Amino acid sequence: MTQPSHAELARVVRECAGRLTASLVYLVGDFAAAEDLVQDAIEAALTHWPAEGIPERPDAWLYTVARRRGLDVLRRESRYREKLALVAWPAEPEPDDRLRLIFTCCHPALPRAGQVALTLRVVCGLTTAQIARAFLIPESTVGQRITRAKRKISDAGIPYRIPPADELGARLAEVLAVIYLLFNEGYLCSGGRHAQSRDLTDDAEFLAALLDDLMPTEPEVAGLPALIRLHRARAAARFDQNSEIIQLQQQDRSLWDRDVIADAGRLIARAAAFKRPGPYQLQAAIVACHAEAERWEDTDWTQIVVLYDMLLYLAPSPVTRLHRAIALRYVTGPAAALREVEALADDLSGYHLFHASRAELLRDLGHTDQAQAADARALTLTDNPAQRSLLRQRLNWI
Amino acid sequence: MKYVLMFVETEQFAADLAAMGDAERDRAYARVQQWFAENQDKITHHARLMPPGAATTLRLDRGEPLVTDGPFVEGKEVVSGFTEVEVADLDEALRLAKSWPGCPVVEIRPIAS
Repeated sequence: MTQPSHAELARVVRECAGRLTASLVYLVGDFAAAEDLVQDAIEAALTHWPAEGIPERPDAWLYTVARRRGLDVLRRESRYREKLALVAWPAEPEPDDRLRLIFTCCHPALPRAGQVALTLRVVCGLTTAQIARAFLIPESTVGQRITRAKRKISDAGIPYRIPPADELGARLAEVLAVIYLLFNEGYLCSGGRHAQSRDLTDDAEFLAALLDDLMPTEPEVAGLPALIRLHRARAAARFDQNSEIIQLQQQDRSLWDRDVIADAGRLIARAAAFKRPGPYQLQAAIVACHAEAERWEDTDWTQIVVLYDMLLYLAPSPVTRLHRAIALRYVTGPAAALREVEALADDLSGYHLFHASRAELLRDLGHTDQAQAADARALTLTDNPAQRSLLRQRLNWI
Repeated sequence: MKYVLMFVETEQFAADLAAMGDAERDRAYARVQQWFAENQDKITHHARLMPPGAATTLRLDRGEPLVTDGPFVEGKEVVSGFTEVEVADLDEALRLAKSWPGCPVVEIRPIAS
């Protein structure tokens, strides 16, 4: 048997973990107990599979280990043993069972950090150690977050179910926010990531696609995987060999994955047919305007500004207004764009992109001294090494 | 499951209530009465508390029992009443609390079984 790669292991575990947890919750009737069994089985797989190869039926392998472990742990509780002994693999869960899992992990009564850690562990099958490495936080911190979240679920009586129709919108927004946060965390640190550490953007895309499979009539649920794929399709062009950021205008567009971009475009069109626009669909449409342009010069800036207007109508935010102003520069020119940016000073004076954008516009208008000062201000406001390096370059140009 | 909904008043809420005319205040109280009537099948106990000015706090962890005037934490948000409810789960308790027409903050705490 050939030794599996790190990515293959991650993919197989991800495919199995949620289903296995959903089956076991159904069997043992307890979320926390089922979760522990799955975690043990995954730990065992990560010990055996790298040397022995991935078994032909990884789901059955994991299930057998979890079941045996369950019997050991729950020996004295005959009710569980009978239940576990009764069921033979394959016990295909209803598709809804993984949805229940997701909604439970992302319940609004749990803190955001707990929602994220629990979703990664329960739905994607990450171990506590993998989560800790991905977020660069101590393993004990992740362990605590998981323990607290699981205890809250059982003590506070958080139900294991899909919310009813009248609550679905708000609850779905919470789930999408968790997945998008996960994606952003993974995307931002992808430049300096260790080759062996887990790529959270894979997990975010997996979750977004899974949710879309399970809820095919919710257009916002289609918008999120489209948005994630559009970002990922262009990831190869984002950094140079020295991990320096390459700005959109300078990126080598031949490195973009045109198939993935076209696929995301179809997803956006499918969602748009429902005629229920939302923030994720609109953000995806904006990114698609960039991704579908063959050259920088082909970008449809007017369309982008219109989409930002719709986004601001649905979800007003100063950061979105800043992005709209940046797009406006290519429609009505830098002077009008600068006026829009300046109007955001009260809200965004602590945000590095506000000053960096101001600097670009001031430079366009020939105010180099003011541009220098704005870039210098931006530099004091970000810790991200790639962004700092870009700002330093600009300060050296003049 | 049994939960306690703790109703929490803010300074702003108290000021708004004080500034109301009699008719308006009566309507506000009527909305609260109606909430209790509509949910009486789930409510197992209810109490409205006197204002924090009437509270006395006793500390038993300092040698001699220490009696002080006022609530145990001085704050801008004070518990003004509580209701014990019997519902299926947290989501049902949340739905009840979301329809509460009185003060602006509600803490939901399960009762230890």
